[in-house]
Formats: sequence, C-alpha cells, structure tokens
Amino acid sequence: MKVPFWRQAAAIAGKDLRTEFRSGEVVMITVPFGAAALMLVPLAVGTDARLLADIGPGMYWSVVLLFGVLVTVRQSAVDGPAQADLLGLLGIDPAARFVGRVMATGVLLLIFESILAPVALALYDTDPSGWWWLLAVIPLVALGLALLGTLAAGIASSVASATLIPLIVVPLSVPMLLAATQVTEGLQIDATIVGWLLLLVVMDLLLAVAGVLSARTLQETTR
Amino acid sequence: MLDTVVALRALGVRIGDSPILRDLDLDVVGGEAVGLIGGNGSGKTTLLRVIATLLVPSRGDGTVLGADLRDESRYEVRHRIGLIGHTPSLYPNLTLEENLAFVARMTGVATGRVGEVLDQVGLGLARGRSAAACSHGMQRRVEFARLMMTRPDLILLDEAHAGLDPQAGDLVAHLVAGVRERGGAAVVVSHEHRRIAPLVGRFVELRDGAITADARPRT
Repeated sequence: MKVPFWRQAAAIAGKDLRTEFRSGEVVMITVPFGAAALMLVPLAVGTDARLLADIGPGMYWSVVLLFGVLVTVRQSAVDGPAQADLLGLLGIDPAARFVGRVMATGVLLLIFESILAPVALALYDTDPSGWWWLLAVIPLVALGLALLGTLAAGIASSVASATLIPLIVVPLSVPMLLAATQVTEGLQIDATIVGWLLLLVVMDLLLAVAGVLSARTLQETTR
Repeated sequence: MLDTVVALRALGVRIGDSPILRDLDLDVVGGEAVGLIGGNGSGKTTLLRVIATLLVPSRGDGTVLGADLRDESRYEVRHRIGLIGHTPSLYPNLTLEENLAFVARMTGVATGRVGEVLDQVGLGLARGRSAAACSHGMQRRVEFARLMMTRPDLILLDEAHAGLDPQAGDLVAHLVAGVRERGGAAVVVSHEHRRIAPLVGRFVELRDGAITADARPRT
C-alpha cells in the first residue's frame, strides 16, 4: 500500500523528534552552549550598556546561525548505512524523507531560538519594540536553516565528507543573518523591513525547491 | 507464484579499479530459496546489494521483480524487497515497538500488527525496551519480526544466522518457508552452509566475484 507523501514526512519527523528528545543532544548540549556564547560577549565588552544594546541583535542571530548548524547536523539526524538501506527499501519517497527531516530540524531550531531570545533580551538590554515581527522572522530563519542544513548534510554524505557541511552552510546562511539582523535593528529605528523579510521568504523557497528536486539524486549517490 | 524474481546477465560491479563481481549469470524463480556461499571478500554482500537494487551494476543487465536494475523502475519494487544485513537497522533510541511501528506506518501496515509479530518472535515482553538496551540476538529477532509484518516478495538475508541461538534459527526457517509459500523467493548468504542447507533448494558459490558452482543439494 502506497503511503501518502505527507504521512511519510510526518512519520520521519516524528521519529527524528522522538530520537532527539531521548538523546537530549540539542536541549542538553547545544542550547546551553548557545546561551554561554551569548553571555561571554557582555563579559568581554564590559558594562557599556549602549554598545551591548547596539550589538545585541547581531550577536543573537550570529549565535543562532552558528549553533543552529550544530542542530542541523546533530547525531540523531544522521542515518547509518543500515538505516539508510532500510529507509530506501521501505519505498519512502526521498523528497518526503527530506521534508520530514526539515520539519523535525525546524521544530528544534524554533525551540533553540525561542529559548535564546529572552536570554539575549535580558543580557543585551535590547529595545523590544516591534517584537511581534520576530514571530515572523524566527520561523523563517528556523525553516531556512533547517532546509540549508538538511540539504548540506545530504550533499556531504553523498561525497562522504562531513567537513563540507559548515563550508556549505555558513556562507549560504550569510544572507539569512543579514536579513534577520536588519529586521530586528530596523524595528528599533522604524526603518522599512519588508525587503529583508522578502529575502528570507525567497531564500526559504529556493532552498525548499533545491532540496526536494535533489533528494532522489543525493539519496542514490550516497549508496 | 512469481515467474522470474531475479535475472542477472553478464553482470559486473567495479568499485574504483577493483572488480568486485564478474560476469555473473543468475536466475531465481518464484518459490525458490538460494543459498549464497563463499569466503570473505568473495562478493556475496555486494551481490545481495545489487539484487536489493541498492547498488547499480557497472556492466551487464538484470531485473529484480520485473524491474530493470539500471533504470528508475527499480525504485517501484523496493518495498517488495526485505533485506537483513550484517548490521541491525534499528534506531537505538527508539523502543522495539516504536521501531516496528515506524516501519508499519511507512508501509501502510496496521500498527496493531506490531504487537502480534513481536509476540511471534518471543519479544512481546520486551516491546518497551530501547533497541540500544537489547542484545544483538534480540535486535535480529526484531528484524525478523519486521519481515513477518511487511511480507516482502523477495527476502535477502546476509549472515542472518550469525550469533543466533537455535530457536532464532527456526525463525529464519519460518521466514524462508513463508516467502516460498507465497510464491516469492529468498537468497540466504551464510558461511555456515550446513546450517542453511535445510532451508534452501540450491547453493550458489562465489569466488573472487564469479560464480564457481551452482548446485542443488542431494536429498
């Protein structure tokens, strides 16, 4: 019996999330390290409140993107050869596998961003005006990074080189970093932010199309 | 009854510069179980992966369950193939029940079957235990339960007996007999040809990537 695409994707996402919550890799390791990274800068800069408020949005998004890469390449998201064979022989659509993995990683990145946001607000004393726009930016960045990380992990495993992942993700996430930072800063000075939000949407769309279209090729090349 | 399940013609596989399989001709018909024997490095596992459609041959032709091994039709028959390889394919952080429920959801099998097949392989009481906390033998039994649940037309077993007690060996016999009765086929790889002799009607021996013998055991 052919299982519908979205049920396959949901089952993959459910399995990935259950595996992750049991291993605690993101919540127990990556989140504390991300929070620690946010804390180190104020310690180094000192008590210059104005400077901290100015660099706050940039620091927050830098930490989200750099540590977010670790969320996308977490151990619980990696299939060993036996599991990869199993998934192939269950007749799972590779695109559903990609989408399911993106869904799970996106949820974890949302959790990661949501925990770090109040930490950054408290430490950097950033003006929270217009914060509701973050309800759009945070999911867009989570989705973009999840798409980018999952795609990069697929490319890296197809050439058997995990070291490629940061080399692919970090440069390609720069537009996301710029857009997210500009939106957050723009809110404080009443600058227009629509263009930056559009950039995030376009990046997410392009990455989604690239991931879905290349899923079969990457899966078969990996074998 | 399926007519021809596996048909390979002059099939070869190279990995880098090394030939792993050379000029193989092999037919397996419905209702048949074939024992694949040979020393380490003879190409048994590679051949099994080619038959499983997971590895595309470098030369020659072949079909499995009617699908060409070289074109995209092979993707359409994958769900009809059940493979148990050297390494268990379970997710270590999931329980035995969750591992099988995942497979059930992916293949459209009712999740109610999970408990039944776990009982059949003697793991009903361990269903809530994580795979990581189970022995190799228990993990193997879960793999057998997976094939009982999904009932593939072609079963491929790579050293499925290794490290198992005689009761678990009976499960292998049950699986092979089941697929033969359904009109499908099985290919069983083992070093212990005496152990699989009662299961199979034919032995194929591989040496240095080529078939050196193809015989039926005397009854």
